[in-house]
Amino acid sequence: RKRFEVKTLGFSSLELKNLIFFLGAVGRVAEVAGKSSVMMEIRTPKTHKAKRVLEKRAPKLVENGKKTLILHGTKTSATVSSVLMELYRLKKGGAIKYSRRNENIRPFESGGETSLEFFSLKTDCSIFVYGSHTKKRPDNLVLGRMYDHHVYDLIEVGIENFKSLLSFSYDKKIAPHEGSKPFICFTGEGFENVPELKQLKEVLTDLFRGEVVENLNLTGLDRAYICTAVSPTKVFLTHCAIKLKKSGTIVPRIELVEVGPSMDLVIRRNRLPNEGLRKEAMKSSKDKPKKKVKNVDQDDVLGKLGRVYIPEQEVGKIPLPDKSKGVKRERREGKVKKNKEEGSASKKLKESE
Amino acid sequence: MDMETDQIYQIDVGNLLAFNPNHRFSSAPSSREELVKECVTEGTKLVQAIADTLFNLPSTETNDGPLVQLPPPSTKLPREKHLPRPKPPTKWEEFALKKGIQKRKKDKIVYDETTDKFKRRHGYDRVNDDNDIPIIEAKASDEPGEDPFAKRLDDKKKRVGKQEKNRLENLKSAAKAGALPSHVQLAVTGLPISGTKAQPKKIGKEALGDVAGLAATSTASGGKFDKKLPGEKPPKKQGKHHKYLPVVPRYGWVDEEKEQTNKVLGKLLSKHSHEILNVGKAINMYNDKKEKKKSGRSDKLKAKKDITKKKPYANKAN
Repeated sequence: RKRFEVKTLGFSSLELKNLIFFLGAVGRVAEVAGKSSVMMEIRTPKTHKAKRVLEKRAPKLVENGKKTLILHGTKTSATVSSVLMELYRLKKGGAIKYSRRNENIRPFESGGETSLEFFSLKTDCSIFVYGSHTKKRPDNLVLGRMYDHHVYDLIEVGIENFKSLLSFSYDKKIAPHEGSKPFICFTGEGFENVPELKQLKEVLTDLFRGEVVENLNLTGLDRAYICTAVSPTKVFLTHCAIKLKKSGTIVPRIELVEVGPSMDLVIRRNRLPNEGLRKEAMKSSKDKPKKKVKNVDQDDVLGKLGRVYIPEQEVGKIPLPDKSKGVKRERREGKVKKNKEEGSASKKLKESE
Repeated sequence: MDMETDQIYQIDVGNLLAFNPNHRFSSAPSSREELVKECVTEGTKLVQAIADTLFNLPSTETNDGPLVQLPPPSTKLPREKHLPRPKPPTKWEEFALKKGIQKRKKDKIVYDETTDKFKRRHGYDRVNDDNDIPIIEAKASDEPGEDPFAKRLDDKKKRVGKQEKNRLENLKSAAKAGALPSHVQLAVTGLPISGTKAQPKKIGKEALGDVAGLAATSTASGGKFDKKLPGEKPPKKQGKHHKYLPVVPRYGWVDEEKEQTNKVLGKLLSKHSHEILNVGKAINMYNDKKEKKKSGRSDKLKAKKDITKKKPYANKAN
């Protein structure tokens, strides 16, 4: 057995203990229960606007419309830049477009998503459109969605036969308004049978849908997106304006006029969400948010009862109109004098003098 | 909505979405225009189908036009954020649940007995305002020379401080469960305990005050007789700081006292180990001991005994 004596440098055991106590006692922190070793502070927003922004971005039962983030990749061709620009114009109210090149975003690589997730967090966008152009993948567009600001699913399409909205000529009166709710139409058995097209259908619905509304104004329906599955790998997408024509019934006859960009989307790569994440994202709470209805009671005998609050009327203080101008001069002067006596201000005082 | 017997569209009115799963290009389209034309006509049919349902919904007339109430969308799309998580009950809520304490609604107007009037509970001219007490009667337990008014204010400050601490703890447990309220953020601030990792952050006014207080209380008299700079506020906690860790560690928790002593001891030893233990000497001593044990065997450094060579006066018995 080995024994060695420790010379504690001239500290006696009592002094040592005191030393240790001092090291341990750091003001307020020591009073906080020994769980945390760091001081924490509660920070709340100092302005109402900041509070509203934070509440808007918080997770809710009924969510806001998804915002879209439009990004450029390392290199973009003219087609890709115009596609991104026109997509931004179509989604004006709910999209944010970044104009700089993003070299470190590679959606399909494991490390290349951090920048995307950061942008998504900062701008509160859940859908992104990333356009790039390389020799291997010319005119490339990656459509992706986020769940909790992490990448949920991705689909990569190539753009072919792009026709810009500037090249279409039509009557300007039927041009769709910004932010109107669109009709979305899918045609083709491919959208049901081919898994990539199924995913594309879902992503395009999410992208074009905008806000979910309860009340819709029927005069404001002026645009439609038509997607046709031309082949199991190709989808033809076009944007049309709606012309409502008179028909015999309440329902007007619909006529579509191509106005907007039209392009062919060729499926390249895709990434489906993993099953657990998908289940979690599709979860929806069945109960509606309880809306507090005030001043309404239900009575068994009388039925629905309401409470009406009437403020107290002070009959003596009701402001009567000062009709001194509509009356002849002497009468006017008399009325003004009377008002002056009563103490209420009169604008006509100047005129009468 | 059926258009023809084999054309049944899947319509989602809530999303203004229509899907025709039965369309097939009967003949390969001859040109691009033909293709586009066919797609648009198919699209028109679908939009017409949605419009048929839409315009037949009950509508209300407004200034802008007929307003229609859309049904909720039928296609399920993934959420963008997680569902809001339930908040864990606060310490008071747990206690109230255990004791069966019900929440009682407080009135805004309360009867004030001293003035026989109805006064508001909070705000200007309130009931039981601390500032309005003219006389505080002395009790037998009171010390002479102690200001009871100042004591009341002091007590209130302590209560408020305790409440803030409890609030922080509640928020921390909520944050752990992922249910922090949306407008609250918990931020790391100030100085960590010495020995733990320091968070590199800008030190604010309060933290500087804390450090100044620390420096003051590190003196033997607890900072009481230190000369104060103009404008420096008196230290928050008068006197010496003592943190007494529990003697008996809590069940499941690390023995804090033992950890602390061990940590400091370890540091002291490692720093001054060269003074405590002379490693070279120890090695030599150890080696000598070893050699004494193995006296028969030859060492590398030692000159090899040549058994053939005969020593003149060798005593074998040695």
